[in-house]
Amino acid sequence: MNIILIFIAATIVNNIVLTYFLGICPFLGVSSKIESAVGMGLAATFVMTLAATVTWLIYHYILVRFNVPFLEYVSFILVIASLVQIVEMFIRKFSPDLYRALGIYLPLITTNCAILGLTLFMVLREYNFLESIVFGFGSGVGFTLVLLIMAGIREELEFADVPEAFKGAPLTLIISGLLALAFMGFSGIISTS
Amino acid sequence: MSSVRLYMEFFKGFWKENPAFRQLLGMCPLLAVTTSVINGVSMGIAMTFVLISTSIVVSLIRKIVPNQVRIATFTIIIATFVTIADLYLRAKFPPISKELGPYVPLIVVNCIILGRQEAFAKKNPLYRSFLDALGMGLGFTLALLLLGAIRELLGSGSILGIQILGTWFEPWVIMILPAGAFITLGFLIALMNVIDQRLKRTA
Repeated sequence: MNIILIFIAATIVNNIVLTYFLGICPFLGVSSKIESAVGMGLAATFVMTLAATVTWLIYHYILVRFNVPFLEYVSFILVIASLVQIVEMFIRKFSPDLYRALGIYLPLITTNCAILGLTLFMVLREYNFLESIVFGFGSGVGFTLVLLIMAGIREELEFADVPEAFKGAPLTLIISGLLALAFMGFSGIISTS
Repeated sequence: MSSVRLYMEFFKGFWKENPAFRQLLGMCPLLAVTTSVINGVSMGIAMTFVLISTSIVVSLIRKIVPNQVRIATFTIIIATFVTIADLYLRAKFPPISKELGPYVPLIVVNCIILGRQEAFAKKNPLYRSFLDALGMGLGFTLALLLLGAIRELLGSGSILGIQILGTWFEPWVIMILPAGAFITLGFLIALMNVIDQRLKRTA
């Protein structure tokens, strides 16, 4: 039960983009076409799930055991960067098709604050191993969902007549605000249970 | 000639290349911690500290770092200074550290800092990099301050915790919520665009 709750919370209620403002850069930059939103979302979900798994193991079996939790940030960022690199090499070798689809988005993910943010939240909330994996996967799904919605809206926006000053970033931000407002409607799902 | 340029190195961060409003970098702390002025400014100071320290170190070692591993090197330098800033905040200002939560460690992946190293510190001498980092850091702090002030004033009717608007004022709860952050920033950037257009027309 707890695990289902964590998944729903991470995907919809406490969406990583709309409530924690993580991963805003790709959200504003990439989400103008649906295809690229799907690619970015898939790549991010994959890396997020892996990153949550690996950093949990490192935090609990190395940093806590040897009593060096202050190395948390340095080690997490290194793990994420090398993870992305390994995943990239692995995919290129074993699935060239997938590599072509995800290719350019993978390196971008290293600097995606959503990944590091997710691992920090995981430590802060003291999730156990299984919960961390579900949390990582759920956040990835939530990120993909919002990226897709945004891409859909922006494709339609191309035909809209927008005042000069609001073109580009300002309008995207205001739409995100309205989306965040809409997602707040889901907050009842968890608090009542 | 060169003194004029030095002066520009410092001031470009405030308006022309303001990292928050112009380059749209560092969005996550900008939106997340600006629910009040004090949070925004503390974040700005932490960012400025990390940015200046990293720029100094990167500028000093710029000739000995091989090009292939530069990003990894910069990231580790940034992460080290962020750890210092985080531990300092936790020891000296526990309430603020608690409010900012994971957004202090998230400075590590803030694109402003890595961006300045790539765009500036790795190819410029020490004093120029220092001025650039100081200007960018203060420009970003200014953006945090502005956003924090607007959201605190409209969202709780106060500034720096002091009640400014009277009891007649019904706080706009939305300004404190995530949605308010997005919308306020959107309007601020639009306002900046309008001012720029006016300036261009008169020039």
